[in-house]
Amino acid sequence: MFEDFKQQLILNFVTEDRWRYLANGLLVTLKLTFFAVLLGLVIGFTIAIIRNIYDNTGKLKILNFLCNVYLTIIRGTPVVVQLMIIYFVIFGSVRIDKALTAILAFGINSGAYQAEIFRSGIQSIPRGQMEAGRSLGFSYFRTMVYVIMPQAVKNVIPTLLNELITLLKETSVAGYIALEDLTKGGDIIRSRTYSAFLPLIAVALIYLVMVLILERIVKLIERRLNKNDKR
Amino acid sequence: MKKLLGIVMSAVMIMSIAGCGKTASGTAQAGVLVMATNAEFPPYEYHEGSQIVGIDAEIAAAIAEKMGCELQIEDIAFDSIIPEVSSGKADMGMAGMTVTEDRKTNVDFSDTYAIARQVVIVKEDSGITSLDDLEGLTIGVQQGTTGDIYASEEFGDDHIERYAKGMEAVQALSQGKVDAVIIDNEPARVFVSENEGLVILDEAYADEEYAIAVKKGNTELLNQINAALSELKADGTLDAIVAKYISAE
Repeated sequence: MFEDFKQQLILNFVTEDRWRYLANGLLVTLKLTFFAVLLGLVIGFTIAIIRNIYDNTGKLKILNFLCNVYLTIIRGTPVVVQLMIIYFVIFGSVRIDKALTAILAFGINSGAYQAEIFRSGIQSIPRGQMEAGRSLGFSYFRTMVYVIMPQAVKNVIPTLLNELITLLKETSVAGYIALEDLTKGGDIIRSRTYSAFLPLIAVALIYLVMVLILERIVKLIERRLNKNDKR
Repeated sequence: MKKLLGIVMSAVMIMSIAGCGKTASGTAQAGVLVMATNAEFPPYEYHEGSQIVGIDAEIAAAIAEKMGCELQIEDIAFDSIIPEVSSGKADMGMAGMTVTEDRKTNVDFSDTYAIARQVVIVKEDSGITSLDDLEGLTIGVQQGTTGDIYASEEFGDDHIERYAKGMEAVQALSQGKVDAVIIDNEPARVFVSENEGLVILDEAYADEEYAIAVKKGNTELLNQINAALSELKADGTLDAIVAKYISAE
């Protein structure tokens, strides 16, 4: 039994340096997640601001409409379909770096969700604060920057980090465009050794460990943020 | 006592040759022969309407008929076929599968029922004319196929892009995302005939033999399959099925 297991371990991870598929895949997964979440942050923040301006002042009507279309489409379709559309349709006839394609796809996808997170953060600040700021002579933007945003951002940081964790797991569909991320790495080993158990369990464990580490970080940050909250 | 032994022995023999329809057949479920395949591989297996058709599907149907079983085809990812067979979820794997040493350690193979070659598809205007030109280029393959395994070994992982389906690798080739695709000859001919501007290199990449995979140690089923195969070979059914899907060159 133990000998068997050892042989399987060697076959799946040591022979022909197969562990490299997992190691390289992990790097790709981390790279995808990191840059996609950054891109999503920029998109999400911008959209939240645009929608908030429209809600409060009625300006930017067209931009607000476009944002709503974007949110509807992105949140209404699966990320793997979006990924394939970007790779095989939008960049249909060009040779484009696959990692870049995936970062764009996951970033655009995550942006939609982050937009909603930011918006809920802004809405969590009582309207009275905006009114107070305005009546003290601050412009809309100044009130936003100095009063609303510092509190809103603080409120949404834990939710944003959870979005990061979700995104990390969502990138596992990157294999659909032949990008060799962690999941695909396990798949390649599986296609070489024909054993299902070890490659899949190894991949699952690596994701789990990364998520646990991220969750620990979220907890630490949350505690730090709550320090001077007297709630 | 001797009589009783004789009855038991003959009962055992009848059960073991009876095949499908009896509980002692080599298939997991009596009366049903479950075939695992990846129906993205024309002309060996592909979806037509709601059915999976192709050379493998028809040969399998003929084998099942000889065994007196009902054929049930399961469409799964190519690299999941062998795990499916060795875990007993499917009775046999038949998917234009080449016999390799690695695979032999996981499953038993039947007699060869078809010869296939791995060929290289390139764009007409690419200037690639021989296998030597492939060095250093990006090559698309279907993950887990022998084309993938051979090419990964020869050209290195960095030069290989592994798609889940042969169709996607060919699509990537037409879109200029890879320089060449290494895949089995028959699907290659279908792909080339359906996509403008693609050609198959005259020089084959490798020759290989297709066989049916069954669970390791399931000699009962293996013998039944081999017996059916040799009958089908002898009466010309096998050639007729192949000819139906592949027009002679």
